[in-house]
Amino acid sequence: MFLDDYFRQYGLVAIFCVVAVAVPVSMMLMSWGMSRVGLRPRAPSAVKAETYECGMEAIGGKWNLFNFRYYMFAILFVIFDVEVIFLYPWATKFLSLELFALIEMAVFVGILLIGWAYAWRKRDLEWG
Amino acid sequence: MNCVLGPDNILYDTVLFREVYNFVGQVLPCWLSWFVAGFVIIFLLVNAVLLGAAAFSWMERRLIGKFQNRLGPNRWGPFGLFQPIADMVKLLFKEDLTPGTADKLVFLAVPVAMVAPVMLMLAVVPFAKDTALANLNVGVLYILAVTSVTSIAIFMAGWSSNNRFALFGAARGVAVLISYEVPVVVSLLGVVMLAGSMSLADVVSAQTLPFIIVQPMAFFVFVAGTAAELNRTPFDMAEAESELIAGYHTEYSGIKFAMIQAAEFGGVMAASGVIVTLFLGGWEGPAAHWLGWLWFLLKTMAVAVGFIWVRATFPRLRIDQLLALAWKFLLPVSLINLLATALEIYFLRDASGVLTRGDLGIMTGINLALMAGCVFLFGSLVREKVRPVAPGLPPGVTPVILPARESPARDLPAGETD
Repeated sequence: MFLDDYFRQYGLVAIFCVVAVAVPVSMMLMSWGMSRVGLRPRAPSAVKAETYECGMEAIGGKWNLFNFRYYMFAILFVIFDVEVIFLYPWATKFLSLELFALIEMAVFVGILLIGWAYAWRKRDLEWG
Repeated sequence: MNCVLGPDNILYDTVLFREVYNFVGQVLPCWLSWFVAGFVIIFLLVNAVLLGAAAFSWMERRLIGKFQNRLGPNRWGPFGLFQPIADMVKLLFKEDLTPGTADKLVFLAVPVAMVAPVMLMLAVVPFAKDTALANLNVGVLYILAVTSVTSIAIFMAGWSSNNRFALFGAARGVAVLISYEVPVVVSLLGVVMLAGSMSLADVVSAQTLPFIIVQPMAFFVFVAGTAAELNRTPFDMAEAESELIAGYHTEYSGIKFAMIQAAEFGGVMAASGVIVTLFLGGWEGPAAHWLGWLWFLLKTMAVAVGFIWVRATFPRLRIDQLLALAWKFLLPVSLINLLATALEIYFLRDASGVLTRGDLGIMTGINLALMAGCVFLFGSLVREKVRPVAPGLPPGVTPVILPARESPARDLPAGETD
C-alpha cells in the first residue's frame, strides 16, 4: 500500500516531467517545421554564424580567464548546501524533539560557522 | 467501468483530481482515468506558466512604463493587451541562428532546461483548497531541488555559445545563484519548523497567522534570494545589458530566445506562487472552500507587482556587493532566524508539540524586534563600505611627503656658479 501511494503521486510528477520537457521541445520542433515549409526564413551565411562581438570580429573563443573568486564561492556553497540536507529532516521533526537535538544542531551549525568566519577573516568573501 | 476514487487512495485528498477521475471513470478504464485526471491538472499548470509569462510580460512593460512616466506598449489591442501575442508571432517567424562555433547540442538543450524547471516548480503548489498535482511530503525540498536546475541551464547557455560575453554572464549568474541558494534554503527551515512538515498543504494549513509576519526575516531573505535566482533587478548581474550585451543568452534568437524569456517571466509568476504558499497563507481567505483559487491568484499578482516595483525602483548592484550581500548579510540573518525560531518553538510549544495562534503572535513580536535589531546591527557594520568616498584623502591617512631631491648644484666646487 505504501509503495502504491508512492507511485500514485510520484508517477504524476514523473509524467509532468515528461510533459515539461515535451512542451519546449515541441515548440522548437514547430519552429523548425515552419522553416521547412517556408514560413520562417532560413538562410544561414558565414557572417550570420559568426560569434557576436559588438560589430567587430571576435578574437579567441570561450576560453577566457575569469576571476578565481568564483571558485571560492563554489566551495563555500557546497559546504553549506550539504549542511542544509542534514538540517531539513531535523527541522521537520523539531516540534517533537527534545533539548538534546537543539544543542546537537547548534554544535553542528556552530562548527560550520567557525569555518565561515575563517573564510570571512581570510578575506575570501571579498572581491579581487 | 465505473472507477471511483476511494478515501484510502492518497490522491483522494486532491479535489480536482478526484472529481475528474470520478467523472471520466464512468466510461474509461481506471488506469486511463488516472492519466486523464493527471493530464487535466498538468494542462492547467503548463498553461499557467506559459500564459502567466505572457500576462506578466505585458503587466511588467505597462507598469514600468507608468513608473518611468511613459506609456508602455499601447498599440495592439486595448491597453496593448495583445502585445505578448505580437511578440510571440514575431519571434516565431524570425530566423533562428546558431553560431558556427557553438556546441550545437548543448546550445539546443538550453531552452528546454530553462523552461522545464519553471513548470515543474508548480507541481507541488496547492493553487486551491486541497488541489495540487501532487501533495508530496517533501514539497519544500522538491521546489528547492527543481529551481536549482536553472543554474546548470545558465552555465550550459554561457559555455555552449562560445561567446565571451555569454560566458562572463554565465559565470556571474552561477556565482550569484549558488550564493543566494544558501540563505534561501536556510531561511525556509524556519517555515518548515513551524509547520512541522515539508508538504506545502501542511505549510498552508499551519498558517493561522501568515508566516510573513511570524517569520519576517525568512520572508525578506527568501524574496531577495528568489529575485536573485530569477535574475531580476537589482540582482541581474548575469544579463547586465549595459556591460554584457545580454549575458548568457547573447547568442539566442528566434524561438529559443522567446523560450528563455518565457522561462524568466513565467519563473517570476511561479516563484510568486511559491512565496504566496509559503508566507502569505496560500489559498486561505474568506470563503476559501470555494474561492481559494481566487485568493491565490490575487496574492500571486500582488507579489508579482511587488517584483516589478522593485525592478523599477532599485539600481543594479555590483557583483562584489551582490555576493557580499548574500554571504555577509542574508546568510547570518537567516541563521539568526533559524536559531531564534528553534528557541521560540522549544519554549512556547505545549507538551504535545503544538503551537497555538497565541504562540505565533508572541513569536511575531520577538521576530519583528529581532529583525529591526539585525537590520540596525548589520547596517552599521557595512555602512563604512557603502558610504560614497568623500573628496580628498580618507580620514586617518596622512599624505606622505617625499623629501626634496637634493640639488646637484650644491656639489659644485667653490667659486663656480650655475
